[in-house]
This record gives sequence, C-alpha cells and structure tokens, in this order.
Amino acid sequence: MALPSYTETRYRIWHYFYIAICTFVFFFLIAPLFVIFPLSFNAEEFLVFSEGMKRLDPEAFSFRWYHEMVYGTKNPWGLAAKNSFIIAIFATIGSIILGTLAALGLSSRHMPYKGLIMAILISPMIVPLIISGVAIFFFMAKVGLAATHTGIVLAHIILGTPFVVITVTATLSGFDHSVTRAAASLGSNPVNTFMKITLPLILPGVISGGLFAFVTSFDEVVVVLFLAGLENTTIPVQMWTGLREQLSPTILAVATCLIILSTLILVTAELLRRRSERLRGINS
Amino acid sequence: MSSEIKQILTTDGIPLEISLKKAEKKNKIKAFLLVAPLLLFLFITYVFPIGEMFSRSIDDKMITNMLPKTFKEMEKWDGKELPSEEVFTAFYIDYKVLIENQTQGKLGQRLNKEKNGFNSITKKLMRQIKRNKIDESQSIKEQIMKVHKRWRDVEYWQAIKRTAPPYTMAKYLKGMDMYFAADGSIAQVDEDRRIHRILWLRTLEIALFVTIFCFLMGYPIAHLLATLPMKYSNLLMICVLLPFWTSLLVRTASWMILLQQQGVVNDFFVLIGLVADNNRPEMMYNKVGTYVAMTQILLPFMVLPLYSVMKTISPSLMRAGKSLGGTPFIAFWKIYFPLTIPGIGAGCLLVFILAIGYYITPALVGGASGTLISNQIAYHMKTTLDWSFASAMGLMLLSGVLVIYWIYNKLVGVDNIKLG
Repeated sequence: MALPSYTETRYRIWHYFYIAICTFVFFFLIAPLFVIFPLSFNAEEFLVFSEGMKRLDPEAFSFRWYHEMVYGTKNPWGLAAKNSFIIAIFATIGSIILGTLAALGLSSRHMPYKGLIMAILISPMIVPLIISGVAIFFFMAKVGLAATHTGIVLAHIILGTPFVVITVTATLSGFDHSVTRAAASLGSNPVNTFMKITLPLILPGVISGGLFAFVTSFDEVVVVLFLAGLENTTIPVQMWTGLREQLSPTILAVATCLIILSTLILVTAELLRRRSERLRGINS
Repeated sequence: MSSEIKQILTTDGIPLEISLKKAEKKNKIKAFLLVAPLLLFLFITYVFPIGEMFSRSIDDKMITNMLPKTFKEMEKWDGKELPSEEVFTAFYIDYKVLIENQTQGKLGQRLNKEKNGFNSITKKLMRQIKRNKIDESQSIKEQIMKVHKRWRDVEYWQAIKRTAPPYTMAKYLKGMDMYFAADGSIAQVDEDRRIHRILWLRTLEIALFVTIFCFLMGYPIAHLLATLPMKYSNLLMICVLLPFWTSLLVRTASWMILLQQQGVVNDFFVLIGLVADNNRPEMMYNKVGTYVAMTQILLPFMVLPLYSVMKTISPSLMRAGKSLGGTPFIAFWKIYFPLTIPGIGAGCLLVFILAIGYYITPALVGGASGTLISNQIAYHMKTTLDWSFASAMGLMLLSGVLVIYWIYNKLVGVDNIKLG
C-alpha cells in the first residue's frame, strides 16, 4: 500500500494512522492465542509468567503439564478426548449426510417454499445456544437419551447441519446442471450420477461443511453441559469446569493442543476453499 | 376448434402442457424428498421441543389436578365474601386425598408462591386432619376456619381461586419483574427486587456495545484485507480465521490469563508506567473483561461479511470519485461507504444475535456484573430447577432473536450467509 508521491501530508498522516489501527486490530485478534504457548511450558503451578520465564531461564520451562495431561493420576483428559472425538466424528457424518441431501433439494429450482425451509434449517445456528440446549434437553430427557453418547451426537447433528447446508448450497450455486442431465441421457441412474458426477464436484463444499460441523461439535459446551453425565464428559466440558474451579496449567497444555488442531483445520479449510473456487471458475 | 389444432402433443399423445406439469410436480416432490429427512429430524428433535418449552412455561395443571372438586364448587362462588360450606367441604375432601398420596407439601409450596403464609396454614390443617380432629358430621367450614385465622381471610380463598386455570402467564410476568396482584391485576415488583429487568437491559447493553466495538474494529481491517494485493491479504486473513476456528474456551482462557491482576496486560501497563505496580486495576470479573473478550471472539463474524461485500466493490469507483474532484474523505463517504452498507447490516446483525445469547464467556470473565440473561436461564435450569421459568425466559429471549433473524432474512437473506 505505497502512497503515490503526490499525496498531501494530512492524507499521509491519515494513511499511517489507518495502518496503525489495522495493525492494532490484527494484533488484538491473534495475540491472545500466543500467550497460551509459552505459559503452557511453565514449570510452576501458576497461570502467570514467573520471574524465571521473563529472564528466559531454561529452568523455568518444562513439559510438566503436558506430562500431567497425558499421564496424570485421576485425570479426565483421556476420557474427555476420546468422547470428544467419537461424538464429533459421528455428529459430522450425520450432519454431512442430512445436510448434503437437504442442500441438493434446496438447490433444485423446483423446490417449493425455499426461503421458509432454508430459514428453518439454518435456525439452530441463529437461536441462542442456551435455548437450543434447554429444548434439546427436554426432548432427550423425554425419549431417555439424556446422558448418552447418542443423545449428544443427535444434538450436535442439529447444531452442525446448518453449516453443511450453507457450504454445500454455496458450492451448488455454481454447479452446471447440464452435466447431470448429460449423465442421465447417457443412461446413468440417479444414484450413479450422484456418486460419479455430482459428489466429486461438490466434494470441497461437503468437506468444508463437514469441518465446520466437526469444529462445532468438538467445541460445543453449552448443550453438552445440559446433556452430559460424568461418563460423557468432553474436552470443552473439562475446560469449562477447569476454568471455573481449579485453574491448573494442564488446561493450557490442552489449549495449546487445541490451537494446533484448529490451525490444521484452518489450513485444510483454506486449501479446500481455494480448490472449490477454482472448480467453480471464480477467479480471485 | 382452433385451440385444439394449436395444442402441441408429446410423442405419447399427451398434451405438452399436462405432461410438463406432471414432470414439474415430479421434480418438486423429488426436491422435497431430499430435504425431508433433515426437515423431519429437525422438527422432531428441535422445533417441537421449542414449542414444548412454551406449553411448559405456561403450564399450571399441577394444582388444577390437585383440587378438582374445590375448583368445580368455586365456579359458583362470586369471589367477594368467604366461600360457601360446599367449597370448604370440597377443599377438605381434595386435601384429604392429597394427604393420603403424601403430595400435600407440593400444594402448600405452590399456594405459598401465590400468596405468602399458605405453607404454614396448610401444614396446620394437615396435622388437624391427621389427628382426626375434623368431625365430618359437623360443619367443615366452621372447623377449618378455627384451624387458623388466615382460613377466615377471604384473600386466601381468592388466591386459591386464581390458581384454578390450567394455564398461567405468571412466569412471563416474573421475567419482567411483575406479578398478578390479589385482585388479578398486574403489579410491579418492589424496586429493590427488580433483578430481571436489570439483566435484560445489561444483556442488550453488552450486545449493543460489543456490536459497535466489532464494527469499529472490523471495518478498517476488512477494508485493508479487501484492498491489499492477494498475497498479503491471504496472510493477514489467517489472523481473522485462526481465532474463528479456535475453540471458544481456549480464547476465553487466554483472556483470563491476559486480564488477571498479575496478567500480561497489567504487566504491560506497569511497564509503560500507566498504573502503579501496587495499584493494578481489576480488568476481569467485571464488564471490561466481558467487553474485551466478547469483542475479540465475535470480531471475525463482523469482518467476514464485510470483507465479502468490500471485495466486490471495484477500486476504480474510488479513483473516479477522486478524479472528479472529491477529496479521499468525500469519495469514501459518498461512494465506498454506501456500497458497504449490506455488509455492515449483515455483520452487525450477526454479531448482535450471537452476543445477545452469549453464555460461556460472560460466565467465566464477567463475574457477578457480567451475568446475562443466558446465565440466568442456565441457573434456573440447573440450580433452582424452575424449568417453566427457564422456558419462559428462554422464549422471551428467543422472540427477540427471531425478530432480528427475520430482519436479517429480509435484508441479507439466510442463503447469503458466508462462511470462511
């Protein structure tokens, strides 16, 4: 953003002020995440930078809390991680199947009441989580699925499908329907057409919607707090109790792992988005 | 005659119009069948349960079922003077059944909510009945009235009569710090006990200010991202997307570390000499913490819609404005800004909707003054177990959100929500 040489001084000042504001905002967005890294290697038990850490004394750093996270006695993280992954994976699969089917229907120009149905399908994303939590809890308690993995998976399918619907409909908006007609005219049945033609083309959208659904489930705490028993504890639930009760640096070790995970997901999502834009012929 | 000639037929001899309609209908059904599984699933597990919250919030059947005979007799009572012997007898019979089922305690509690003092007099009556002190051959009315002087007070009988309908809006009134007075009119709770109104206002205030902060911080960086060359903006976009993908609890935890009294932000303030080391300001467990943390957490939801709108604005428009003699400020204000209004609307509404239902972050960094409506709903769901009140508050919040959602849908269209 080099300024042309003829720029007046006051606009020059304004320009640097604007750059300064933007720098501050980017810093505000990203810096909090990086405070977690060094602190998770703290040798001491407090969540503040010790004097030794400020002097960069190697003695002040240790893998103690990572060790604690994996091998600690009575530690809930193992079970929580297992539950989180199981629940998130099944919720993602469910969201992808239901969401993709719905998106296919919604993208058809014959779909009646498109706006209304779309508004209903997206609503779990808009309705405050606490209300979704109460409603889903009442339902799960009634059918006897409270405090079960199944119940939580179903709840997370509800919360995850809007993301799949949105991303897949977006991918389908640039979809050339003449290819499916061509396949049909060549004698392919609808299932075959979907598997061989449509699915490969919309796959980036499906996967990125699936990533959203995965992250939503993996990160979701409000609804799980209503539904989960001791056996169904997840990583966010453990973090929530940890942050409320005993603040231990183990949480920071877990948080660091989560940041690494989210970085991986971000990279995957970005690559998919670019691929999808290329496939849809949107030049950026 | 002529219309028959004009009619075009398909190869199997059916008029094209009919054949086309048939095909259209088939396609319609096909499309609907694809959406049906998700729609059905959502209706069963989500939409109906929300509807059920409504019936739960107005439900008052418990007491209606507890005193069936009493309420039947009370239909004839005008509600001005003490009720007749029949009402007293019916109440006595109903109450005896409750004692046999050992559910009389619930009645006392429920009536006590309607009017203070019921708990003790129903217990007193129960003891009299258990000791067989009530002689059924004599006037029941006289004997009940002797148990306690409150039974002679018509206001208590009016309170019972008020509980007769199986539905009540009392929980909604409670959510707005109001209640049904003795004569059935709506009255305000004493000023020092109006906690819910404070919570509603605080929730609105926090959501509004967080939206404003997000807008003020999000607009410049969205503009920068949209105008920078691709290779730089992609890199900077990571600063927006990484927090967006990172766990909410991780981000809240990092703010708890930053904002605590011995935390990094305070360390920095001491270092630059803004505050004294022994006088570090409290930045967490109050509104400051809630504002700061929520703004950072919701900022990506403002930047992304703004960015996608700004991306479509051609830079030549600004150049044209400037070449026609506008200063950069005028060109921005008259050309660029109006074009970004759809993005502003989308971003602000999205952030506001998300902020108004926030729960986790205010509960962790907000302290007592950061408690919002959502926290209150969770409190009644988990601690007081007053589920009907939690449902009522939830639906009041939901109706507000749905209005905004409707506006959002009108302005932006839900199918235009962009992710990532």
